[in-house]
Amino acid sequence: MPRPFTPKIITANDLLEGDVIYFTDTNGWSRELKEAELIEDEAEAQLRLLEAEKDAQHVVGIYLTDAKAGADGPEPTHFREDFRRTGPSNYRHGKQEAAANV
Amino acid sequence: MYKYNDFDTAFLAERNAQFRAQVERRIDGSLTEDEFKPLRLMNGLYLQLHAYMLRVAIPYGTLNSDQMRTLALLAEKWDKGYGHFTTRQNIQYNWPKLRDVPDMLDALAEVGLHAIQTSGNTIRNVTSDHFAAAAKDELTDPRPYAELIRQWSTDHPEFQFLGRKFKIAITGSSNDRAVTRAHDIGLRMVERDGVAGFEVIVGGGLGRTPLIGKVIRDYLPQADLLPYLESVLAVYNLLGRRDNKYKARIKITVLENGIDTIREMVEERFEERRKTFDGTDQVLLEEIKAHFTPPKLRGGNLETYLAAYDADPVFRSWADTNLAEHRDDNHAIVTISIKAHGQTPGDATAAQMRAMADLAERFGYNELRISHEQNVILPHVHKSDLPALHAALKDHGLATANVGLISDIIACPGMDYCALATARSIPVAQEIATRFEELKLEHEVGHLQIKISGCINACGHHHVGHIGILGLDRAGVENYQITLGGDATETAAIGTRTGPGFAYDEIVPAVERLITAYLSLRDSAEETFLQTYRRVGMDPFKAALYPEAQKKVA
Ligand code: HEM
Ligand code: SF4
Repeated sequence: MPRPFTPKIITANDLLEGDVIYFTDTNGWSRELKEAELIEDEAEAQLRLLEAEKDAQHVVGIYLTDAKAGADGPEPTHFREDFRRTGPSNYRHGKQEAAANV
Repeated sequence: MYKYNDFDTAFLAERNAQFRAQVERRIDGSLTEDEFKPLRLMNGLYLQLHAYMLRVAIPYGTLNSDQMRTLALLAEKWDKGYGHFTTRQNIQYNWPKLRDVPDMLDALAEVGLHAIQTSGNTIRNVTSDHFAAAAKDELTDPRPYAELIRQWSTDHPEFQFLGRKFKIAITGSSNDRAVTRAHDIGLRMVERDGVAGFEVIVGGGLGRTPLIGKVIRDYLPQADLLPYLESVLAVYNLLGRRDNKYKARIKITVLENGIDTIREMVEERFEERRKTFDGTDQVLLEEIKAHFTPPKLRGGNLETYLAAYDADPVFRSWADTNLAEHRDDNHAIVTISIKAHGQTPGDATAAQMRAMADLAERFGYNELRISHEQNVILPHVHKSDLPALHAALKDHGLATANVGLISDIIACPGMDYCALATARSIPVAQEIATRFEELKLEHEVGHLQIKISGCINACGHHHVGHIGILGLDRAGVENYQITLGGDATETAAIGTRTGPGFAYDEIVPAVERLITAYLSLRDSAEETFLQTYRRVGMDPFKAALYPEAQKKVA
């Protein structure tokens, strides 16, 4: 039996900085997971992936990954994406550092 | 140590200029990522979880103070102020920006360092005993041979596209500090009729299928080293599987074909290859050897050392743990632990790197080493300088007296940095170290190696840890499998799995139960964890790890 489709977001790394970015519903890229577009439909996900890949000159390693709706936008369902969203656990580097500097 | 000649310098300059142009062309859009990726990997540049990662080779783990200062400069100028020393005698920078990498490589080239062949299916950085040329038990300094292998393998046209990465380790001592039996080729200096040659070991490796290497030649004359290595690689290049990346390492080739078949084929090729070597390599070797003349060790008495040893328990504890025997009785080999309790194993800040560079200049004949255990070594220190050295190390948070103890953990970057990881390793290492610091049990427990990897690739050497920990993903949660009885030395062994894994918050208590069991099982304070394990076997440790399961059986 095929597995039921679970909601997805599109994520990648920025070409110049290497940091984690998310595809938004306005065809742009955001550093914030909560600003990502949450895609609820399987066919739509494939189309959105093609759209995102048009930007392959500025972003690297584009892929679809699971997420769920949260009060404040999409949230990760797996710890890997949770770490990608924040940064490493040994230093407050990566996105958590950027957040701390705001 | 080896100094670049004009050819080496020009080679690196040209190579860096080439890469700078490639980066430009990636940024302006003339190269796609598919075209660019193999080029960046050839220059040690990976894309990781949160950023790029640049891997710089530290050939056979040897550095001088200027080189160490350049490593500090990179950390400070183009990264976030620290670098990560790895089990392969490399240093990794976790936060470089694509545009800066050519500048980083140029800065490295100025002091004869590079990132070539730190990635890809080539012969990787040749690793060696970090006590080379200082250890009391050493037959011959292995580093000139390692340098010869490096020059031969760098850009060697036949071996740029092997089936898989290829790792060579070399030691000149009977005690194996280079884990030669867990490498694609391990070379161990041995003597026959008073003449030093190599025992050649092939087909070891960790990763998904951990295997201990097999002896393919019990004695190889020194002069035959390169033609013999070429023959082994040629046979591997021919027979090695390219249909399945997981079966492509030479360890599988040896396993599938049998060591006897491989030996026959290698010997056959060796007969031919040897004729193609006209002796130039031996001339080169002699030139290289001239760069490795040992420092002129100074004399002097040991009064200050003995006085400090008697008077200062902190110094004494550090000296007992972090010093190793030097071939000269008035000198010691100093291991600087970069594993302060709660710190990330292998990380050093730019300030610490500079401090170590300065101390190497002041007290250590300008020499430093990086160990596969992720520590830094000053190979030659006169004992009378040790109290001053220790005091200076303290000022920089570098005087932790834990070398070879429970908190001297090897840990790969794991899920905190690595794109391939299935779980984190760094916080597990940090918590174990902190926990045993709290318990004040570390010195009581004595010699014990814990090694942690964040996935089956085993970059943290967990298979050869006395206690090995492997982080996995079990249905979207971190889970940690324990192995016991691994050994990374001349008596190398792969550890045995204890049973089901442990959740993230159960792994430190599980290790604690293992240690408590060991303390009650050992027959004296002298019996190490590994010796106890070998004597009593798995069962009592299993009982300690899985008390619930025992109850059910009973
Ligand atoms: C960018 C991060 C890294 C990546 C992508 C990576 C990748 C890999 C892979 C794929 C393997 C398995 C190779 C095989 O069995 O064919 C491996 C093995 C290994 N890596 Fe890493 N690694 C990384 C970082 C490190 C670090 C930080 C260390 C040292 C702390 C390290 C040391 C090793 C060692 C010792 C092995 C086992 C050697 C063997 O199987 O022969 N690696 N690595
Ligand atoms: S063992 Fe796995 S997680 Fe750790 S560095 Fe290697 S590839 Fe990454």
